[in-house]
Amino acid sequence: MLTNDKLPLIRDKALWMRRTAFTMVHRAQLGHPGGDFSAMDILATLYFGVLNYDPKRPDWADRDRFVMSKGHATGALYSALCAAGYFPEDWLPTYMQPKSLLNGHPNRNYLPGIETNTGPLGHGFPVATGIAIAGQITGAPYRTYVLTGDGEQQEGSNWEAAMVCGHRKLANLTLIIDRNRLQQGAGTEETSGLDPLDDKYRAFGFEVHEVNGHDHAALLATLSAPPGDKPRCVIANTTKGKGVSFMENVASWHHGVPNDAQFEQAMKELV
Amino acid sequence: MAHAAPSAAGFQDCRNIWVSTLEQLAESDLRIVAVVNDSIGSSKLNSFQKKFPDRIINVGIAEQVLVGVGAGLANGGRIPFVSAASCFLTGRALEQVKADIAYAGFNVKLVGQSSGIAYGELGATHHSIEDFAWLRPLTNLTVIVPADAWETAEAVKWAAGHDGPVYLRLSRMPVPDLIIPNRQFRPGHAETVRQGDDLTIIACGTTVHLAAAAADALAADGIAARVLNFSTINPLDETALHEAAATGAIVTVEEASIRGGLGGAVAEFTAAHKPVPVERVGFPGFLPTGSVEWLFREYGLTPEGIEAAARRALARKA
Repeated sequence: MLTNDKLPLIRDKALWMRRTAFTMVHRAQLGHPGGDFSAMDILATLYFGVLNYDPKRPDWADRDRFVMSKGHATGALYSALCAAGYFPEDWLPTYMQPKSLLNGHPNRNYLPGIETNTGPLGHGFPVATGIAIAGQITGAPYRTYVLTGDGEQQEGSNWEAAMVCGHRKLANLTLIIDRNRLQQGAGTEETSGLDPLDDKYRAFGFEVHEVNGHDHAALLATLSAPPGDKPRCVIANTTKGKGVSFMENVASWHHGVPNDAQFEQAMKELV
Repeated sequence: MAHAAPSAAGFQDCRNIWVSTLEQLAESDLRIVAVVNDSIGSSKLNSFQKKFPDRIINVGIAEQVLVGVGAGLANGGRIPFVSAASCFLTGRALEQVKADIAYAGFNVKLVGQSSGIAYGELGATHHSIEDFAWLRPLTNLTVIVPADAWETAEAVKWAAGHDGPVYLRLSRMPVPDLIIPNRQFRPGHAETVRQGDDLTIIACGTTVHLAAAAADALAADGIAARVLNFSTINPLDETALHEAAATGAIVTVEEASIRGGLGGAVAEFTAAHKPVPVERVGFPGFLPTGSVEWLFREYGLTPEGIEAAARRALARKA
């Protein structure tokens, strides 16, 4: 059932997460804000509309799993986990400081709520596949969601995982692709083109949906729809740097960091 | 002085005991699953597959997802034994072993089959002699190289009960049972195979029985060589290494590259703590094609070759 009463909460949380992530990046003068912001609405929708979890019991066996395969987007992940109650807000300013639990890339041994260590691209989807297989062979009720970047789809390990998902009909798995069409240095299509991504995943045995990755209602409907009989691939069309005018669709904001004036400007826009 | 009986007859392919032990464990622990890369036959898992058809996950010829799926199964509460030819498991999927297993700390058992030069004639692509050097820096990964069938069974049992990542390096090369009274499997501890204080021969896996034979030959000449079965490569048994250095000369023997493996580890340790002569018996780098027996002979992984290395080490002893 569609639960549109969740939309105001998702909207509020997404805004808080954007402001929080940009504050972390500004303070650390490190981070990947472009990819944080393209993924932010997806994470806000998952954590505040879709996932079944309990931050007080991060090891709860039947929790839904979210695997952040684009591990560099820790601004998005940490602000989501903090908003979800996994750790207190006063940890956020330690982001990337020496020995901080808020490592540059997520480590499951540092923070509750992190399902696996990621950072090198193409790792999260195979691990999520294993999580989904565990659920499949035991009949556990949890669902597994994994978010990859779109440039990340160039890693061959994703296609190894896609073959296994299709072969095993892992309907309890949802792959979300943050399709912002930019990778670190240039556009995906001018680097090593991904299109037609939907046809590729259909050919691998997925049920494919394409949504506006900043439309909370569309994301909520697609991500919370009951499983079918195939693994699901959600191509979320997004804008890198979404929400801050000078970052939107600018590749250099992949790991660009704001100066004070840019930070103030962004805070004015993020209201 | 040498005290134990020489290695007994009856060479065994340790893959048989690996799989029978795993099946026994899987009968009582429903969490145990096997993950393979089209390697059911080479891992001898055919009967496991018949007994537990839902608990063997064959991802096809795809080592990155093989290891990633292992990590995910552990996240989902399973105890996966990820079994594949060690050349591909550790080489092709090294970043997955590093990030998904060792760094993430998942309770996954990596089982490298046909390790070392078991695929002798197939050439250097199929040899797995670099794995010690690749895996030894992964501080969170216990690396165990059983020396015979008994130790293989004990290592599999221990791995199943240990909460943490493990790499078991198995061989298809038949080895004799080591005859050692009152054996106890103690991961992280070297096992004394022969007593002696004139020098120490540190061996692992398929070479331990060869080292014991070398020590027996040296004993006939009045030289008392200690032989250690150094079956845990990571973490190192530093107490045993201190005591080995105290004998004043060391020979290392491994079915692996002498660069960065057991010999490298011992050399690192002695250089830091007590420099003594270290002669490393193993392989120098990429190897030519040849049978296992030929390669062992050619590179001195024989009782005679180890004895000669021992005499070289003794000649360098201060």
